[in-house]
Amino acid sequence: MENSKKIKLSTSSKAFYVIAYVMVTLMALVCILPFIMLISGSFTSEQFLRFNGLGLFPGEFSTEAYGIIFKTPEKIIRAYGVSIFITVVGTFLGLFLTTMTAYVISRKDFKYRNALSFFFYFTTLFNGGMVSTYIYYIRYLHLKDNLLALIIPGMFNVFYLLIMRTFVQTVPTELIESGKLDGAGEYRIFFSIVLPLLKPGLATIGLFLALGYWNDWYNAMLYMNTEAFYPLQYMLYSIQQQTQALAQIASKAGITVANLPSTSLKLAMAVVATGPIVILYPFVQKYFVKGITVGSVKG
Amino acid sequence: MKNGRERGRKEGFREEWKKNKPLFIMAAPAFIFAIVFLYIPMVGLIIAFKNYRYDLGVFGSAFNGVDNFRFLFSSGTGWLITRNTILYNILNMVTSQLLAVLIAIFISEINKKIFKKVTQSLILLPYFISWVVVGVFVYNLFNYETGFIPSIVAAFGGEKPNFYGMPGAWPWIICLFNSWKWTGYNSVIYIAAITGVDSGIYEAAAIDGANMFQRIWNITLPSVRPTIITMLLLQVGRILRGDFEMFYQIVGNNGQLYNMTDVIDTYVFRSLLTSSNIGMTAAAAFYQSVLCFVIIMLVNTIVKHIDADYALF
Repeated sequence: MENSKKIKLSTSSKAFYVIAYVMVTLMALVCILPFIMLISGSFTSEQFLRFNGLGLFPGEFSTEAYGIIFKTPEKIIRAYGVSIFITVVGTFLGLFLTTMTAYVISRKDFKYRNALSFFFYFTTLFNGGMVSTYIYYIRYLHLKDNLLALIIPGMFNVFYLLIMRTFVQTVPTELIESGKLDGAGEYRIFFSIVLPLLKPGLATIGLFLALGYWNDWYNAMLYMNTEAFYPLQYMLYSIQQQTQALAQIASKAGITVANLPSTSLKLAMAVVATGPIVILYPFVQKYFVKGITVGSVKG
Repeated sequence: MKNGRERGRKEGFREEWKKNKPLFIMAAPAFIFAIVFLYIPMVGLIIAFKNYRYDLGVFGSAFNGVDNFRFLFSSGTGWLITRNTILYNILNMVTSQLLAVLIAIFISEINKKIFKKVTQSLILLPYFISWVVVGVFVYNLFNYETGFIPSIVAAFGGEKPNFYGMPGAWPWIICLFNSWKWTGYNSVIYIAAITGVDSGIYEAAAIDGANMFQRIWNITLPSVRPTIITMLLLQVGRILRGDFEMFYQIVGNNGQLYNMTDVIDTYVFRSLLTSSNIGMTAAAAFYQSVLCFVIIMLVNTIVKHIDADYALF
């Protein structure tokens, strides 16, 4: 009796494990599959793509698309430059704002810390919306074709402020008190006692901010008219649109665009624009996992 | 009496300022930032009640009552985009949370460390990819000429499906990519909740002879329930907000799909850049901002009443 029950138990958990492994493996494959398609497509000859479509393996290996990209790389290098610039500047300024404010609202002896927290939190409940922000930026702040329009919107995020507050709260108040007793001023305490202890928080929030800047295309679409100011993702988007439009016009006009490897070129562009993120990913993943976990715990 | 309290408050401020002046100064940059870039644009919401003209600006343009709203809803657009936004949010909320909970339970139960690490990394990878690249994926998976899926169907001798001519397929495609992008992120949250369970409870259950399914049903699921509720509440608060980047990059400028795929945010964005009727666009944005606020306040009040622990603020 006892024995048969035990066997039954282990078969049921065996079934569970089979389902678990299969499901998780499938999910992982689904997540990675588009990337494989993208890379293999970018290394396939245009001729083959046109007749056979995209597959998981390059049907007919070709580096033609990359050849074209690297023959005239100025545009891409420039877009990389813009993206790196807004990412670095925006992340730095964002960290500065977020960390200092998080410190203030976690100081228990500051009378207005709750009022101040709500002042920031309220902007997540209610905001001016897309239209008035757009008009404000363009007509009143004159930010058209100004890189500030790409930096300002992502600089301050209340969600990151709350995560940072959780990090600040791990700093023992005794340290702040003893700093005061030693005669250190508030700024000294913040910059030489608290800030060095916030390295994990700075790394986490800094990476969230950087990811937001790096992946931004939307603000560029709204505020950038000049191609020289396009960040990488928007450059990628506009190239996808242009070649699509080109192919459409060409086919409508009865012209064959046979000489332009448009499909593989677009795929290769996407690879060039995404490569750095995917390569960096294994190194930064743990910070994001930490940030997501901290953010999910209500503070 | 009132005067006295007022004076007291003023003195309280002065005292606090004297005591914590550096803290005020440290909070000032973010405070000014929020005023200038987050609070001032709220004033612009009045455009919804105006016949906006660029040359006259926000304050110079004439009021036209609720005309903008009347146009928005009498054309049918207002209802359509509201319906789409709500239905998409419900569909995406249910599917992505369900999938995330399932994956989190599976990954937590699996003991093989390397398998766990590798699959978890792969599942989180889509979170890092910009929606532009996701748009490239979608186009190359589904387009008729070279798309991955039509090509496979053709290779097996079937008739090539033309997805861009089938509006009905797009809610599912959008739902699929929403889950694709967010399952990793959400499952990290659920895994954290499951890991937080005292392992002693599991040991006790094992001694009592609970099998795996009983254990998951009676211990794991109840332990993630608060997280599920919080996540759902956050989503309900955003039920009138569409994930603009997702919709815009997946659907693109394919006008024949708009009936099935246009949400408030994509409509506002498109008409902002292309239409001359800013007033009607502003009406849609106003309607979204205000209703969202009302819904969040309502949900929070109700939840506070039922169980204060789950209140969002």
